[in-house]
Amino acid sequence: MTAALRRIGAQNLSLLGALIAVLALFGYLNPDYLSWSNVRVIGNTVTLAGLLAVAQTAVIICGGIDISVGSQVGLAAIVSAMTFAETGDGLANGSAVAAIAVAIVVGAACGVINGVIIVYGRVNAIIATLAMLAAYKGVAQLLSGGQAVGYLQGDDLFIFIVRGSVVGIPTMVWIMLAIALAVHVLLKMTDIGRNIYALGGNATAARLAGININKYLIAVYAMVGMVAAITGIILAARSGSAHPTAGSEGLELKAITAAFLGGCAIAGGRGGIGGTLLAVLLLGALENGLTVEGVNPFWQNVAQGALLVAAVVIQQRRTGDRAVGLPS
Amino acid sequence: MQLRVEHISKRFAPVQALADVSLEFPSGSVTALLGENGAGKSTLVRIINGEHLPDSGQVLLHDQPLSLHSPADARRAGIRVIPQEPEIVPYVSVAENVYIGALSRRAGRFFDRAALRRRIAEDLARLGFERVLDPDTPGKDLTPAQRQLVEILRALTTEAKVIAFDEPTSSLSEQEVEALFDLIRRLRGEGLAIIYVSHRLGEIFQIADRVAVLRDGALVGVVPATETDEGRVVRMMVGRDLTAMFARPHVATDRVVLSVDNVTTDDVTDVSLQVRAGEVVALAGLVGAGRSELCRALAGDLPIRSGTVSIDGVATPIRHTWEAIDAGIAYAPEERKAQALLLSRPVRDNIVISVLERLQRFRFVRAGAERALASRYVERLRIRTPSIEHEVRKLSGGNQQKVVLARWLARDPKVLILDEPTRGIDVGAKAEIYHIIADLAQAGMAILVVSSELPEVLGLADRIVVMQNGRVTGELSRADASEEAILALAMADDMTR
Repeated sequence: MTAALRRIGAQNLSLLGALIAVLALFGYLNPDYLSWSNVRVIGNTVTLAGLLAVAQTAVIICGGIDISVGSQVGLAAIVSAMTFAETGDGLANGSAVAAIAVAIVVGAACGVINGVIIVYGRVNAIIATLAMLAAYKGVAQLLSGGQAVGYLQGDDLFIFIVRGSVVGIPTMVWIMLAIALAVHVLLKMTDIGRNIYALGGNATAARLAGININKYLIAVYAMVGMVAAITGIILAARSGSAHPTAGSEGLELKAITAAFLGGCAIAGGRGGIGGTLLAVLLLGALENGLTVEGVNPFWQNVAQGALLVAAVVIQQRRTGDRAVGLPS
Repeated sequence: MQLRVEHISKRFAPVQALADVSLEFPSGSVTALLGENGAGKSTLVRIINGEHLPDSGQVLLHDQPLSLHSPADARRAGIRVIPQEPEIVPYVSVAENVYIGALSRRAGRFFDRAALRRRIAEDLARLGFERVLDPDTPGKDLTPAQRQLVEILRALTTEAKVIAFDEPTSSLSEQEVEALFDLIRRLRGEGLAIIYVSHRLGEIFQIADRVAVLRDGALVGVVPATETDEGRVVRMMVGRDLTAMFARPHVATDRVVLSVDNVTTDDVTDVSLQVRAGEVVALAGLVGAGRSELCRALAGDLPIRSGTVSIDGVATPIRHTWEAIDAGIAYAPEERKAQALLLSRPVRDNIVISVLERLQRFRFVRAGAERALASRYVERLRIRTPSIEHEVRKLSGGNQQKVVLARWLARDPKVLILDEPTRGIDVGAKAEIYHIIADLAQAGMAILVVSSELPEVLGLADRIVVMQNGRVTGELSRADASEEAILALAMADDMTR
């Protein structure tokens, strides 16, 4: 029992506790909150941030960060909509498979560019991806002329992805869970994942242990790009049209928030998909509960920010080694 | 009587760092604090500096008990510790670095540059530093010696009654050491109590009036420097005979395993050396001679520009760390924590990192095989850890070093390169590391050891290769080797010049 608890970890247990508290509170305030239809709504809204948070977790574990995911989402959305339009007759009857494939390739390319800049340009990840946040957004705007593109709603595959469900659970939630599970297995059970943790924990040690850290970093950023592309496709399919800045309006920050709330260390080497998913759920449940209760949406932002600050303060005071704030 | 510690005890979880230590540091006198790594010198200095609270006992200044909860408390009481590596703000001038926290001001909070210049000029002149320290130099451009001078200035521009130097000469040149000693003698003349922590015995007898020796957290004794000698001090420090630690069968064969031929890198020039099966070769030389850089090049961590490296007679290109590892070279680097260990990961992770490839099936790491391997090496090298899941940063230095060794032994390398394998670990663990090295040599491994401790070089090696300024200046067999012979080769250039 204690071994099982230790495996879950103090961080995850407190997240789980907070999630249960939020669910209980709003469930008590509003009986409809815990209804199956509302839970489905929560599931749908956390999917996009969840996908990006999973990818972000992997990159933060290896000591990096990708601030440009939001723009990658927008770019992938535009590219998928344009491909769909291009392969069909105007706005309908295009090839959804081609749209998805091209978007994922573009996402991977964006990730590789990020990785190459960070590895071979020896640029700090925050600065590099901050620059690419602007650049990818610009490319998306250039491609689309700054306009929303396309109409994807007519396609069966897209309809299945955004409105369909399998055994009562929305398809997009399944997609998110499948990717989360895949990344979790990769990180925790394979030698690749162990090398990613090693690289984040001590890059010099990892290199001296014979790990090709450059290759790993670029691959992880490429993976982030592909997940961002999938997010962009879902986003475009759901709203019926792709918008170049659709992903860079808070979604990427929500994903980073969730990763840190879930226990990732900014220095790398620590964190996991379980914690990140719990954090995504907690943020989603909180947001939905506040909405259901009719709380001013501006206050919801305040609540989200306060939650992250509280979580990080607790984490830092327990383990932190920052010089700032020590007794003088 | 100036500073006194009484019945100080301090425990860090499993380790009794200090046990009932009572000691006086009289004013106008230099008291050297000696002891092996882990003997408790640093802990005592940190307690005096308010960085650690003692579990029991007290610190008194002029017979007044002090309440030291932070370095700021110690500073207010007039106690300053000059650390080995002073904290210097890189992008501001020497003047601002010296008066950091108490800059000159005028009209409220406006920074008064002119007053600052006057102050630094006066202080530099008063202390005789005006020629060695330019007040306008930015912190990042200071040499290690100058950085220490800045720290000393910080101490002297406040009311210091006690100054403790923690290994001050480790990065200083000989002339700089002389200048530092002159300064210390002057401070002594002004009536300050000086605490001098070092493990360089030669220095101690040049500068110290009294010698206090700690061993395993307890005070062994305090003697006037004029009434003792190096041999007696060493026996006090170690408490046992050093030569017994190195006793081992010498089993070097004639089969050359590692052959380095005319290797040139960015740091070393035209280096050739061989290590045979069962042989321990020590690379001796001064800091900066290029020994570590040569090792890193052999490990694939720095580029080899020309020359060849052969393993078992086969020329092997080494362009990446994994190529060196695949060729059978294992490298345990100089800085254990920074370069080798995943500090917040368990012992298990740290051991198996080098062999994950072999432990996976369809890329899934076989958990059972992994645990078995880690446990086997924990047992074989007698790594003292509560379990293989224990975080490596919680282990002692000696056990951490054994974890690094275990990592490489798990790959069964042909060549083992150890860079300062016993730095910062206690005597007991040192003896165990020597024992492990002896076992590996006996099993036929070729071992190259870099060490800056001459007794270790002389005790361990079958053969000694000496480097200076990136070149090999000579080779000594076990029979011909002596401290003098090694130093003569290590400083060959300086002598002929």
